[in-house]
Amino acid sequence: MPHVVIDGKTFEAEPNKTIIEVAFENGLDIPHFCWHPELSVSGNCRMCLVEVGMPKRMPDGSFEKDNDGKNLIGFMPKLQIACATGISDGMHVRTKSEVVVNAQESVMEFILINHPLDCPICDEAGQCKLQEYSFIHANGESRFDDVKNHKDKRVSWGPNVLFDGERCITCSRCIRFTNEVAKQPVLTFVQRGDKVTIKTFEGTELDSPYSMNVIDICPVGALTSKDFRFKSRVWDMSFNDSICPGCSRGCNIKIGVRNNEILRLEPKANPFVNKFWMCDYGRLTQFQNTNVNRISEPRITFEGNQKSSTWQEALSVANQKISAINSKQIMILGSPFATNEDNFILSLFAKKVLKTENLDFFRYEDNLFCDDKLRTIDRTPNSAGAFAVGVSPGSHHVNIDNLVTKIKTGEITALYTIDDSLDRFPELVSVLDELELFVIHAQNESVVTQKANIVFPASTFAEVEGTFTNFENRVQHFMPAVITAENLRFMGMKMSRLDKFGADNDRWTQHDLRRSRQHWRILQQLANMMNAGWSFTSSEEIFNTIVEHNDQFKSMSYELLDEFQGLKCMKASNPEAKKRIYQSHYMKPN
Amino acid sequence: MNKVANTEAQRMNFWERLYIPEIARGLGLTFIEMFKPRVTRQYPEVRWEPQGSYRGRPVLVNEDDGERCVACGLCSRVCPALAIEVQASETDRIKERYPVKFEINMLRCIFCGFCEEVCPEEAIVMSKEYDIVFQTTDEAILGKENLLKPVSELQDRLEFLRQWK
Ligand code: SF4
Ligand code: SF4
Ligand code: SF4
Ligand code: SF4
Ligand code: FES
Repeated sequence: MPHVVIDGKTFEAEPNKTIIEVAFENGLDIPHFCWHPELSVSGNCRMCLVEVGMPKRMPDGSFEKDNDGKNLIGFMPKLQIACATGISDGMHVRTKSEVVVNAQESVMEFILINHPLDCPICDEAGQCKLQEYSFIHANGESRFDDVKNHKDKRVSWGPNVLFDGERCITCSRCIRFTNEVAKQPVLTFVQRGDKVTIKTFEGTELDSPYSMNVIDICPVGALTSKDFRFKSRVWDMSFNDSICPGCSRGCNIKIGVRNNEILRLEPKANPFVNKFWMCDYGRLTQFQNTNVNRISEPRITFEGNQKSSTWQEALSVANQKISAINSKQIMILGSPFATNEDNFILSLFAKKVLKTENLDFFRYEDNLFCDDKLRTIDRTPNSAGAFAVGVSPGSHHVNIDNLVTKIKTGEITALYTIDDSLDRFPELVSVLDELELFVIHAQNESVVTQKANIVFPASTFAEVEGTFTNFENRVQHFMPAVITAENLRFMGMKMSRLDKFGADNDRWTQHDLRRSRQHWRILQQLANMMNAGWSFTSSEEIFNTIVEHNDQFKSMSYELLDEFQGLKCMKASNPEAKKRIYQSHYMKPN
Repeated sequence: MNKVANTEAQRMNFWERLYIPEIARGLGLTFIEMFKPRVTRQYPEVRWEPQGSYRGRPVLVNEDDGERCVACGLCSRVCPALAIEVQASETDRIKERYPVKFEINMLRCIFCGFCEEVCPEEAIVMSKEYDIVFQTTDEAILGKENLLKPVSELQDRLEFLRQWK
C-alpha cells in the first residue's frame, strides 16, 4: 500500500484515495468547504490548498539525497487542492507551511469579499463553518472597500428550504446532494464569477423528502429551515442524542431543546444507519407529540364521570379493577413506539403478574411511506425490539388478528395498552366502548384516550432513556432530551446555559414540568401493588436483565451500544469496525 | 517580645487628650462649611443629569421605523448576569429579523455595559436612568414597551460611544 507523508508523519493509505481523505482517516483536519465524504468531489472552494511534492530523482532514477542522507523533496511550485489530488507512494504533503497558510488566508479573504457578514440575523451563526474558519484560518482583515454584490435573499426553494444568495459561498454541496443523494436534480449554478448564484430549474422546486439535509451540509447560513427560522439561537439550546421514532430505520438524531420545548431535530452521523441524513418527515413531525397536546395528569373515567386524579389514586383504582378481572379476559397490548425496556417490563407484567399470554402489539406498515433511501415500510421505531423482548401472544391466545372479534363476542372484556396511537385502527376504536375496562398509557390526547377508563400520562421518546431495535435488528441507545418531573436530575443529560443558570423566577424557565412517567415505571408500580416485588431503578438495569435472559441481546450494554453506534442482535460480540465520524461544522454548542 | 502597643489613646498628644480644644476645633470646621457653596441637592425635586459616559439602565434605541435591534441574541449571550431574554421573529423589513420579545430583568442586571459593547447594531445602550424602583419582582422585568427609547433622547450616549468605544 502506498505511503504518504503528511506534515512529517508517514501514513499508510489505500490506493485511489485523495489527500484529504487520507488526512481525515488519520485524524488530521485540512480546512475545506466543498468536500464532503458522502458527496462527489467538486474542488471549487479552494480552501483545501496544500503543498504537494515527490522525492527528487537523479537522472539514473535513484533518489537525490541531502547531506544527512535524506531524500530531497521537490514540492510543486503551485499549491494543489487536497480534496481532488490523488495520493501516490512517497508523496509528501505540507498542510501548515507558510505558503499554505497564506493561501488559506487569501481564499478566506476572497470568500468574504462578497459575503454579507449578516451573522446577527443569520440562523447559522454559532455553528457556521465560515465563522469557524474566520477565527482559525483568516487573518481578520479585508482589503476590499468597494460595495458588496447584492443578490436575492429569502428565495424559497421548496416547502421547507429558504435560500439566501448573498450568504452562499458557492461550494455546490447542496447541488451535489440533490443530484447524488436525494436524486432530485433541480438545482444549478447560474451566472459566472462574482455574480454566480443558485437557482432551481424553471418549474421545479426542491421538495424531495430529504430536502432539508441541504441545510445541515451548507457550510454557511445560505440555506435555512422555514420551520426553525429565527426560533432560537443554537447556543441557547441543548442537543441530546436520540433516535428518530418516525420509522424503523432509526436515524440517529440530535434533539434541540430550549426552555424544555423541542425546537428542532437534526441528523447525527451514523455510518451504519443513516450516514449524515434524515428525512423531512422525521425532522418536522417527530417532536410535535412531545411539545403539544399532552396528557398531563392521570385521569379516571367511570360511568361517564371524567376526573383528574393523583398518580396514587389512579394506580390503586387500576389495581382494583384489573384484579377483579379474570386473566383470560384481559388483553395486553405492547407498543412498537415504546422502548425495548418498556415492552420487556410489559411482557413480564402480563406473563408473571397477570399470568396471561394474551399479549401482542399492533404493527404499522405503510408501503407508500417507504423509499429506497432511508424510509422503511414499518413506520414504527421498535417493532423488531418489541417482538424480541417477548411481546408476542402464546399459542391459542388472543392476538391482534382476532382481538376485535373477541371483544365483540365478549371473550375479552379488558384491554391494557401502552400504545396510544390505536386510532390508526378504526375497527378497534369502534369496539372499545364494549370493554368493561380500558387502561391506556398515553402521551397525547386522541379519540382513544377519550374512551379509556384509566389514562396514565406517559413520557415520549424524548423524555426517556432506552433502546430501539431497528429493522436490521440494530439496537440503539438514546438519552432523554426533555425534562419531566420524573427525570429532573438525569445524569449525563446535556443542558443549555439557560437550563444551568436559570432561577425559578426567570421568565425563560417557566416551561411546564410534565408529570408524565416512563411506561416501565408505571408498570412497576402497578405490579408492585400486585406483590411483584420489582425494584428496577433505571432503564439500564432493565436492559441488563434483558441481556442476561435473551440470547439475541447477548453481550450488549449501554456503554457498548454508544461506543459502536448501535449493535446488531446476535452479533454484539463481533461488532462492525468503528468508523471515524466526519463532522462538517464542529464548533457546535455541546 | 515584639508586642508594640499603639492604641488611639497612646497616639494622642497632650492637647488632644485635653478634649475641650478639639471640640472647639470641630465646631469651627462646621462653622466654616456654612459659608461654602452647597453640593447636596433636594432629590428627587432637583435631579442630577449625568454625562453621556454614565452607565444607567440599558435601553433599546428606537428609530422612526422601529427598533434597531435585530434580535441577534448577542447581548443575551454576553450578559454575565443572564438578565436579557430575546425572542426573534421574522419581519418583512430589509433586516429580516426583529425581537418579538425583549426583556431585561433589572434585578439581574449589574450595569456592566457588556450588552452595549457587543451589540452589532448599536441597538442597546446604557441610558442615564439611575432611579430604578420596583415593588414586585415581576415589575422588574422590563419588556419592549419600557425599553424602547427614541433615538433623540439617547444622543449623548451615542455620541460618547462613537467617540470612545
Ligand atoms: S447554498 Fe450552501 S451548500 Fe449550497 S452552494 Fe451555497 S454555500 Fe454551498
Ligand atoms: S427515515 Fe425514518 S427514522 Fe429516518 S428520519 Fe425519516 S422517519 Fe425518522
Ligand atoms: S445585541 Fe443588539 S441587535 Fe443583538 S439582540 Fe441585543 S440589542 Fe438586539
Ligand atoms: S448591563 Fe450588563 S448585566 Fe445589565 S443587561 Fe447589559 S450585559 Fe447584562
Ligand atoms: S474542499 Fe477542496 S476545493 Fe473545496
